Amino acid sequence: MRLVTSDGGWNPYFAGALVGLLAIASAYATTKWLGKTAYLGASTTFVRAAGLAEKSIAAQRVAENEYFTKEKVRIDWQFMLVTGIFLGALAAAVLDRSFKLEAVPPLWQEYFGPSVAKRAAAALLGGAVAMIGARLADGCTSGNGLSGLMQLSLSGFIALAMFFGVGVATAKLVYRRTA
Amino acid sequence: MGTEHILGLITGVIFGFLLQKGRVLRFEKQVGALLLRDMTIMKFMLSAVMVGMIGVYALHSWGAITLSHKSANIGGLVLGGALFGAGWAIMGFCPGTSLGAIGEGRWHAVFALLGMLVGAAVFAELFPFVKSTVLAMKDFGKLSLPDALGIPPWPVIGAFWVVSIGLLVWFEKKGL
Repeated sequence: MRLVTSDGGWNPYFAGALVGLLAIASAYATTKWLGKTAYLGASTTFVRAAGLAEKSIAAQRVAENEYFTKEKVRIDWQFMLVTGIFLGALAAAVLDRSFKLEAVPPLWQEYFGPSVAKRAAAALLGGAVAMIGARLADGCTSGNGLSGLMQLSLSGFIALAMFFGVGVATAKLVYRRTA
Repeated sequence: MGTEHILGLITGVIFGFLLQKGRVLRFEKQVGALLLRDMTIMKFMLSAVMVGMIGVYALHSWGAITLSHKSANIGGLVLGGALFGAGWAIMGFCPGTSLGAIGEGRWHAVFALLGMLVGAAVFAELFPFVKSTVLAMKDFGKLSLPDALGIPPWPVIGAFWVVSIGLLVWFEKKGL
């Protein structure tokens, strides 16, 4: 087994194991310095970001919304974590020259052609549906998947089974050769 | 920026770096896994979980950290999990990886990001309704799998390792 893959990336077992170590170190560091154990997650940040954006046009509505009040619209640890994901990926991609401006994913193009509008419409719709689902399930692939399984949470096992089960079924329906 | 923000940012930068090096941010990898053609993201995820659970449970048993289970709310997990799965397959990213994908230049992930922000705002509007319907069905509470089974955590961790290694060996044999 090679440590570097053919596309210049790292062996996924190796990179994944390092994420496991990062999650452990992060749980320890947040407990020590913030007084409360924080686990890797991402989807609550979208609620806070949506709340922050909505606040600029309808402050009253955000202030009166039960869910925004519950999740607290503010820039917190996880908000910075998600911001960091962007910066870390950018740094890694620039350093190993795998950074590439791409308007439509190549695999998408194989099935649906090069139209940016078509891709945008699907991504907007898929994104909205996925986020409603993530908030209903109280976590996405990071919070329920990675962090949930790591803690052996019952919710993590159920969520991940649903994510993959329905994801596989949907992918089978959506990505079909039309020719 | 306080300690909270600096700590979050540093952790996120390392997380994003590793996601990119593991090549799991791409649409092709995410949809490839759902089409059962390329299991890179499963290899990455299972490795992270296998390593992470040992450290998390060791630190927990020493009293150095606390566990933070999410509620096993069946209505939320089943309906929410199904919606997430369907949206994930179409969008080709998950919430965290969309940001990373934009970082590595795949700017079309901005549309997925915008869709998710809209979804979050819609959910905030729907919350009072779902709270009294879907989320009011059956909640087993903040429970772990060992708690649910009535056994200690370490045998469950052992079993998780055995099943995961079996699965990973099978992926390698099949060239996934």
